[in-house]
Amino acid sequence: MAMTITLNVWRQAGPSAPGRFESYTSDKVHPDMSFLEMLDVVNDDLIRAGKDPIAFDSDCREGICGSCGLVIDGIPHGPDPGATTCQVHMRRFRNGDTITIEPWRAKAFPVIKDLVVDRTAFDRIIAAGGYVSMNVGGAPDGNSVPVPKELADLAMDNAQCIGCGACVAACKNAAAHLFTSAKITHLGVLPQGEPERYRRAAAMVEQMDAEGFGSCSNEGECEAVCPKQISIASIARMNRDFMRAATSK
Amino acid sequence: MTLDSRIPGGPITEKWDRRKFENKLVNPANRRKYDIIVVGTGLAGSSAAASLGEMGYNVKLFGIHESPRRAHSIAAQGGINAAKNYRNDGDSIYRLFYDTVKGGDYRAREANVYRLAQLSVQIIDQCVAQGVPFAREYGGLLDNRSFGGAQVSRTFYARGQTGQQLLLGAYQSMMRQVHAGTVQLFPRREMLDLVVVDGQARGIICRNLVTGELESHSASTVLLCTGGYGTVFYLSTNAINSNVTAAWRAHKRGAYFANPCFTQIHPTCIPVSGDHQSKLTLMSESLRNDGRVWVPKNPGDKRHPSQIPDSERDYYLERRYPSFGNLVPRDVASRAAKSVCDEGRGVGDSGLSVYLDFADAIKRFGAPTIKGRYGNLFDMYMRITDEDPYQVPMRIYPAVHYTMGGLWVDYNLQSTIPGLFVLGEANFSDHGANRLGASALMQGLCDGYFVAPYTVANYLGGASLPAVSTSHDSFKEAVAAAQARIDKVLAVRGSKSIREYHRAVGALCWDHVGMARNEQGLKGAIQSIRSLRDEFWQNVSVPGEKNNLNPALDYAGRVADYLEFAEVLALDALERHESCGGHFREEYQTPDGEALRRDDEYSYVAAWEFTGVGQMPTLHKEALTFDEVHPSQRSYK
Ligand SMILES: Cc1cc2nc3c(=O)[nH]c(=O)nc-3n(C[C@H](O)[C@H](O)[C@H](O)COP(=O)(O)OP(=O)(O)OC[C@H]3O[C@@H](n4cnc5c(N)ncnc54)[C@H](O)[C@@H]3O)c2cc1C
Ligand code: FES
Repeated sequence: MAMTITLNVWRQAGPSAPGRFESYTSDKVHPDMSFLEMLDVVNDDLIRAGKDPIAFDSDCREGICGSCGLVIDGIPHGPDPGATTCQVHMRRFRNGDTITIEPWRAKAFPVIKDLVVDRTAFDRIIAAGGYVSMNVGGAPDGNSVPVPKELADLAMDNAQCIGCGACVAACKNAAAHLFTSAKITHLGVLPQGEPERYRRAAAMVEQMDAEGFGSCSNEGECEAVCPKQISIASIARMNRDFMRAATSK
Repeated sequence: MTLDSRIPGGPITEKWDRRKFENKLVNPANRRKYDIIVVGTGLAGSSAAASLGEMGYNVKLFGIHESPRRAHSIAAQGGINAAKNYRNDGDSIYRLFYDTVKGGDYRAREANVYRLAQLSVQIIDQCVAQGVPFAREYGGLLDNRSFGGAQVSRTFYARGQTGQQLLLGAYQSMMRQVHAGTVQLFPRREMLDLVVVDGQARGIICRNLVTGELESHSASTVLLCTGGYGTVFYLSTNAINSNVTAAWRAHKRGAYFANPCFTQIHPTCIPVSGDHQSKLTLMSESLRNDGRVWVPKNPGDKRHPSQIPDSERDYYLERRYPSFGNLVPRDVASRAAKSVCDEGRGVGDSGLSVYLDFADAIKRFGAPTIKGRYGNLFDMYMRITDEDPYQVPMRIYPAVHYTMGGLWVDYNLQSTIPGLFVLGEANFSDHGANRLGASALMQGLCDGYFVAPYTVANYLGGASLPAVSTSHDSFKEAVAAAQARIDKVLAVRGSKSIREYHRAVGALCWDHVGMARNEQGLKGAIQSIRSLRDEFWQNVSVPGEKNNLNPALDYAGRVADYLEFAEVLALDALERHESCGGHFREEYQTPDGEALRRDDEYSYVAAWEFTGVGQMPTLHKEALTFDEVHPSQRSYK
């Protein structure tokens, strides 16, 4: 049942090196393989041939760590809605197909090598304010503040973000609004996060701009590729909180 | 050296308070003068870095990922236990303690487990205050479920993503300290050695995975939070970058390795589909509440499951364990699946899986109810296997999931090297021979938020710590050793891929140090591991250079360490002449085939001291005493 697949892969030796597409063909692809297992097989053959394997990031391989992220035939994370790259299987493709693979492309995500990019800008956005300011030791009993189930669910819908950066990769402006607003919404709707709600929104949005992410023009491409299907309603909420913080300064 | 567990005196309920009172403190104004290295950014590492940063220490946090949030803890699904008794169902600190000691098959330290149960309640408070969105009831209070066969509902959860939410909570607190300047992040760094100066852990050598540079970092103390070693089996439910390297290299510098043979094999994973497989996916064991496990009665029966009438099916768990049925503990369910497959009755193309059938549950409750309970798991299964579990029975098989063994630590979480503390799955401390569901998350956060901050301060307050710089000879020697190993592996230029060796050592461990072990198999495995290791250094092919991002080189270093570590894993299993929790020695079973524990001779922690690669390590025993929970044979008939 083996399939033959041709890959057009973006190869780039380092951040400032020029990149180019290279083509590889494998006849050892099996429909039950995941997309990344297919790349493992191609890489093992490159290694045996003494060639430099294709660099890409992955870890959990079950859609939760946010490490993997490839643009597959022009779509971040490929053809399956609500799935990460590691969750795509080769049975989605046909024998003889040619597949184009590229890294996330955004000014704020410089390429490190081949398909590996640097997404530490996301960490810096969180460091600017994506938390509740409390120290270990001072917490009241977990049930001392009831949280309406609807709010807890809304918080969880947004907290599910895996920080993969597909939203940025899909956006023609390379905006990080979906990522940033998901955290602002998660914490902002909970009573525990309420005291810092506006300050947090202001600090995170300022950091997002400082990192060189673009502005949002409401196309909704981010929502379409988000593997956790986070809603762009969060962006509207972020904008309101940010405006409120700006006007009360 | 004799092992001193440094358990405080007094009644079990007061030990931790006593220890906190005896502990030395560090004046807040002096804390920023201490550098603390934390390696690993999972639940244990992130929570420790956050707390120590909040206290005012200078923390340097290292991890192999690009972002701390990607650590393996992110993948935990089911939940976290705490003795809150919010359900008024009779839970208490004592009951959680009792269940955990018994579940660990009487091979854990009572004092540690009691402290874990005590601190469990504070973990939930801490996480809620951070904004962790735990599941709630309509009244706004926290929801609980019962998990892993517990008779009380004490498991807190956030949908099927509890580990993710707990880790993000710890990560966010830790990033707040990055903002405050107390924690400095070192992403994409792999620890390659521990630096010991005058008998104290004083720093690490790590490889910058982007530039390839070997960096030296000195500190007053080092906390290892580098997770478990399940990936030595090649296929496991662990993230693929999880590794034993940091723990193993610390072991080679003098930290004893405890109970490596205690590994957990989880019964409900999606079976292997072919040689290309890179990891296995866990499905929550809650599925066993409604699914019925069966195989055909006759070996080699290749009919479609719908063609096999009820009278020709063997519901073997219900048959062998009438009172627990499909809900027997993890170790029992896993072994039973193996034995029916060994008899040639396994299903699927490979013959290495058993059915988990929901047809009766769907008939009884209707498909919508089953979808409500397990919809996301069914979707995940369908995505991976392309089979619809509403129509055909699921196929499951056991997979390596968690490692109870780890570096030996005393009650203060300090290893046998002064100044080296070990937290989370990387230590051996609290789960004995078998871990209960929802207790690893609890232990990681307990170690990081609530134990290490006190015991590390005590060490800093009491030890004499002369200034040490990275130009010290011990750093130079460690850098040279790490460099030599990298050069050596790159120089082999053989013809086999690194993955072939990893797969081979994994297969040896799975076949002979997996669900069932015996003397002959273990002895043979030790020989085979040795020859595989020799062959690796003759014939592995590692491409690329050392001076840039080279994931193949990182991988080769980890596989080289598995090839050394696997030998101790097998040796520990060989030395333990009993069946206990995750360790089933075929020679030691009851007449009806159940595990036979031998408390008189084996009620100890086996702590191994390194004496050289391929050399017989020295065994040190820490005797275990049970004053509170008296050992009894587990029975699920
Ligand atoms: C699929 C799955 C589901 C689970 N579900 C549950 C559950 O429901 N409940 C429960 O209680 N437990 C569960 N567990 C177990 C639990 O998730 C783990 O035991 C726990 O998260 C381990 O946390 P840790 O902080 O010790 O290590 P990890 O989270 O594994 O973190 C290790 C860290 O060390 C770093 N590291 C490793 N090696 C090096 C090195 N050489 N140099 C530098 N850094 C290094 C890594 O980058 C990482 O940051 C589950 C486990 C799995 C696999
Ligand atoms: S590898 Fe973790 S999300 Fe894909």
